[in-house]
Amino acid sequence: MVYNKRVDGRGFDELRPIEAKAGVIPKADGSAYFKMGKTVAYAAVYGPRELFPKFMQDPKKGILRVNYNMMPFSGAGERVRPGPSRRSKEISMVSEKALSTVLNLDDYPNAVVDVFIELPQTDAGSRCCGINAAAIALADAGLAMRDLVSAVAVGQADNRVIVDLNYEEEHLPEFVDHVDSEHVADIPVAMVPSTGEITLLQMDGIVNREALMEALHKAAAAIPQISAIQRNALKQKFHGETGEGLNGNNGHNGQSAGNGNSGATTQTAPADNESDSTDTGADLTQG
Amino acid sequence: MTILVQDKEVVVPGDTLAEGMGYIPGYGSYRQATKIIASRLGLVNVEGKVLKIIPVSGKYLPKRNDIVIGKVIDILMMGWRVEINSPYQAMLSSKETPEFIEKNEDLTRYFNLDEYLVAKITNVTSQNLVDLSVRDQGLRKLKGGRIIYVNTHKVPRIIGKKGSMVTMIKQATGCRIIVGQNGLIWVDGEPAKENIAVETIMKIESESHYSGLTERIKTFLEEKTGVKLDMTGEKGDYNGLQ
Repeated sequence: MVYNKRVDGRGFDELRPIEAKAGVIPKADGSAYFKMGKTVAYAAVYGPRELFPKFMQDPKKGILRVNYNMMPFSGAGERVRPGPSRRSKEISMVSEKALSTVLNLDDYPNAVVDVFIELPQTDAGSRCCGINAAAIALADAGLAMRDLVSAVAVGQADNRVIVDLNYEEEHLPEFVDHVDSEHVADIPVAMVPSTGEITLLQMDGIVNREALMEALHKAAAAIPQISAIQRNALKQKFHGETGEGLNGNNGHNGQSAGNGNSGATTQTAPADNESDSTDTGADLTQG
Repeated sequence: MTILVQDKEVVVPGDTLAEGMGYIPGYGSYRQATKIIASRLGLVNVEGKVLKIIPVSGKYLPKRNDIVIGKVIDILMMGWRVEINSPYQAMLSSKETPEFIEKNEDLTRYFNLDEYLVAKITNVTSQNLVDLSVRDQGLRKLKGGRIIYVNTHKVPRIIGKKGSMVTMIKQATGCRIIVGQNGLIWVDGEPAKENIAVETIMKIESESHYSGLTERIKTFLEEKTGVKLDMTGEKGDYNGLQ
């Protein structure tokens, strides 16, 4: 038997429902929320700020420091032991490299930009979700960037190439008897949408060359959809504020004054746009 | 040669602003082959053939001749270290004060820890080492009043054209106000009036991106204070220092 219907009834190239919002953490210099299916990521950017210990400073340009953290209660099964682990350190490092290629910190010698990615809920694809959130947060912090970075996991489940795997698909042998682990692969990919450069490529599992190439092509097709949602989230932040201001009913503190009307409009508006963009992926490739 | 955005439109890093060689990339944008692409989050400004981006967020980067408000965080042999709401700390040398300070004199007599001061940036190096001076008119220690933080990129709106906005708030509330380019604002006056001034500044900060701001702020102030404002008169100094 082949995997001819996905666990959650999605199409093989279909992404999970995505929600994105910029500027969710008031104290941070830039922040974002990104949700892919049941995976939720918050990213907070602090800085550029002074870097200590001093030996880490780079007098030529500022450095980027990413911290990926899964919250103890976030996993799909066992409690995640809090604190840095081998896994979270690796993901922090690869996320940092995925993001730093687009970032220009030449104006900030000896300084650091800290990105904290927190995952309160995960269902596979957490590093991709984290990178997507972090890219929005970095742009929100007003840093100079060549482009955003968008990420998605592609892979193979029982000889079928699929996009945006969830936890069941990633661990298919545990859920379906006849599938053995040789036919499951999970490939997180991050790309710069405008140029198609790949800034993150990892693989867990086994695939043959054809399946890998097919998976990468599918990732390249899904990236523009994600990028469009990220862009929309950043723009929505201003339209939300504009809406409040034009209604003339906002308090002096635009963001925290979530009074009935304006709050509702700002929340529903992005949701509408996002469902549009996920459905009509084809139109959005130029975005 | 086509332009793909309108003036004042919000753009995100990676957005294509124009195609063809007819436009020139300005601040916050770059050219890739024949396209001009945004590299910052902000509002597009079309100035003839130059496309630039006015940023809306980000930390303050020290610039020479800026008036800033800072907090003394350390006292050294020959001066003070000042926090100026930027990634880099500033140095105020004891030679840059209006009065002559003897060697080995107790520097806390002039500026003590945790005190705020208004100073001018005299020099910024390539590594962003910042020098300050308080040897100009209006530059001094800030006693009393309160300090508020605003977005650095909204400071020009709070000051207004030739200081018109800050002068208006001062006239209406009778408060003394100093606006630092680094996003720190000092407000000192009667407590109730101080509140109105702070509220007005917050309002400007959150509504700065629509037209008719001055008019709206004027009516807001007149409503709150009951003072009839006449803005035809003389305008104040740039940062409200006079």
